[in-house]
Amino acid sequence: MNSFGNAFAWLFAPEQWSGPSGIPARVLEHLGYTALAVLLGLVIALPIGMVIGHSGKGGFLVGAVNALRAIPELGLLILLVLLMGIGLLPVTLALVVLAIPPLLAGTYSGIRNVDRSVVDAARGMGMKEGRILMRVELPNALPLILGGLRAATLQVLATATIAAYVSLGGLGRFVIDGLYLRDFAQTLGGTIVIAVVALALEGLLILLQRLVVSRGLRRNPTRRRDRTVRPVEIAVETA
Amino acid sequence: MIEFRDVTKQYPDGTVAVDKLNLTVEAGTITVFVGPSGCGKTTSLRMVNRMIEATSGTILIDGKDIRDSEPALLRRGMGYVIQQAGLFPHRTVLDNVATVPLLSGWDKRKARARAAELLETVGLPAEMGRRYPVQLSGGQQQRVGVARALAADPPILLMDEPFSAVDPVVREDLQNELLRLQGELDKTIVFVTHDIDEAVRIGEKVAVFRKGGVLAQYGTPADVLRYPADEFVAGFVGRDRGYRGLSFLESSGISVDRVETAKLGKPRAETVADWVLVLDSDGHPCGWLPPGTSVDGSLTREPLVAGGSLYTTGTSLRGALDAALSSPASRGVVVDEDGKYVGVITARQVLDLIEGHPQAVSKT
Ligand SMILES: Nc1ncnc2c1ncn2[C@@H]1O[C@H](COP(=O)(O)OP(=O)(O)OP(=O)(O)O)[C@@H](O)[C@H]1O
Ligand SMILES: [Mg+2]
Repeated sequence: MNSFGNAFAWLFAPEQWSGPSGIPARVLEHLGYTALAVLLGLVIALPIGMVIGHSGKGGFLVGAVNALRAIPELGLLILLVLLMGIGLLPVTLALVVLAIPPLLAGTYSGIRNVDRSVVDAARGMGMKEGRILMRVELPNALPLILGGLRAATLQVLATATIAAYVSLGGLGRFVIDGLYLRDFAQTLGGTIVIAVVALALEGLLILLQRLVVSRGLRRNPTRRRDRTVRPVEIAVETA
Repeated sequence: MIEFRDVTKQYPDGTVAVDKLNLTVEAGTITVFVGPSGCGKTTSLRMVNRMIEATSGTILIDGKDIRDSEPALLRRGMGYVIQQAGLFPHRTVLDNVATVPLLSGWDKRKARARAAELLETVGLPAEMGRRYPVQLSGGQQQRVGVARALAADPPILLMDEPFSAVDPVVREDLQNELLRLQGELDKTIVFVTHDIDEAVRIGEKVAVFRKGGVLAQYGTPADVLRYPADEFVAGFVGRDRGYRGLSFLESSGISVDRVETAKLGKPRAETVADWVLVLDSDGHPCGWLPPGTSVDGSLTREPLVAGGSLYTTGTSLRGALDAALSSPASRGVVVDEDGKYVGVITARQVLDLIEGHPQAVSKT
């Protein structure tokens, strides 16, 4: 009943805020796993999504990749560890697999949804294909691409907890160690930290969206506030 | 000059969209492709800038085969305007207009200056350049579309139903604007529409297409209206083509009647028996004084009934008929080029005049 009280007591205890297993160090580790997986996901999904979206060929791939979401994350991680041994690599791969579907879907649907008459006009004015993709389709697809990026980031951030299962660090340590030691204050405290980091990151990404998306793509370009666009099909699943 | 020589387009599904098209678009004219939906107008137009490749035949521009030019470069030499405008939503209006100059390697400063100049050319205030396309009305977007197509000063302009998506009043504005622009710029314009009224309004030449991509008739608007080549064209230009045809008959031999006139501001004391046309001190018509009006003292505008449209001598008979039919006094007021009163004309006189031109109205 008083578990939240205990969790907060754990959270604000001074020993949690220093050292290699303190909260700040764990937050950094956790963000590190997340960033690595999301960046790798972007490097893979962005070019593929752009090319498929631009050419209109290979759309089935997006659906196929989407099916990856059905793989249980923990099972995948254990399989990868069995194959590769314990380390950063299997964890990262497992998280990349999670990051790719929303990134690919966001990029593909973003590019596909650019008004065909706009692309037609660009071509008719004498733009070459590469330029159409980079200068016309990409900027107009940014709201959906960033929507995919936010979905992927949150999902990876939440799931990076599993790194602790295979003896790595990150905020999952608190959750798992707490479970193991039946120290539920620690488990709950760790969960709260993950939630706070997730919210902060979401805030940052919204800010980024406001900075990089053209004002002409907002509903009311004269105002600085923005509606946040998110593709319906990229709903965040709770890991 | 654009020449189509035996140009055929068959889509992969077997549809023949354009069938052995032979047609020459003269330099410096507006040529309109008109016809019912699906008759191959868009396909014909888009083959000119190679947005669609012809299956067979040749298209020459100033004698040069378009297949010898790289598509992107060919297109930069032709303005392209489409129905939905297709403005870039993420760019400001000014940057939209500057697109082709930038593509062609102009520096940014010069391209923007040129774009600002063009906004004015198409009748938009320069401040509008800072807006984004979503902040413009449909008609304004089309103007920006035209400005964008003109930016690199291409000799050729391809326009695919550019004004179909705007309401009729705005459309007429845009048509007038295009005619005014053409008066200054002297481009070779190919203009696609399915609206025969629009075609005869703006076209110097009209190409009527029928289903299957066959050219049914190619000639001046007056010819197409007066001498439709066949039943299809006759049906397409419509039953009221006689009235439309009046647009092309000039009233060289029109004889006008006189009517009682009165000067504004002159003292008068009487009750008028018939309609009296009131003129101002310069002789411009101001309106009609209806029968039974009593005037005592100086004649003001107050008792006047507004006149109908005025007919300027030497212009088309359509205007004369309009003036006669819209006048409250059943007599159209005829004015000279300076707008000064010349005389009046009745609808009967206009019709007699038309009958004197046996070819003016076709028999159906
Ligand atoms: N990509 C395509 N594949 C197959 N058939 C096509 C294609 N594009 C057009 N067509 C067909 O070719 C014919 C001519 O089409 P086109 O678009 O040139 O007509 P249009 O005269 O411009 O008609 P509209 O007034 O409706 O714009 C039509 O029958 C159309 O269905
Ligand atoms: Mg068309």
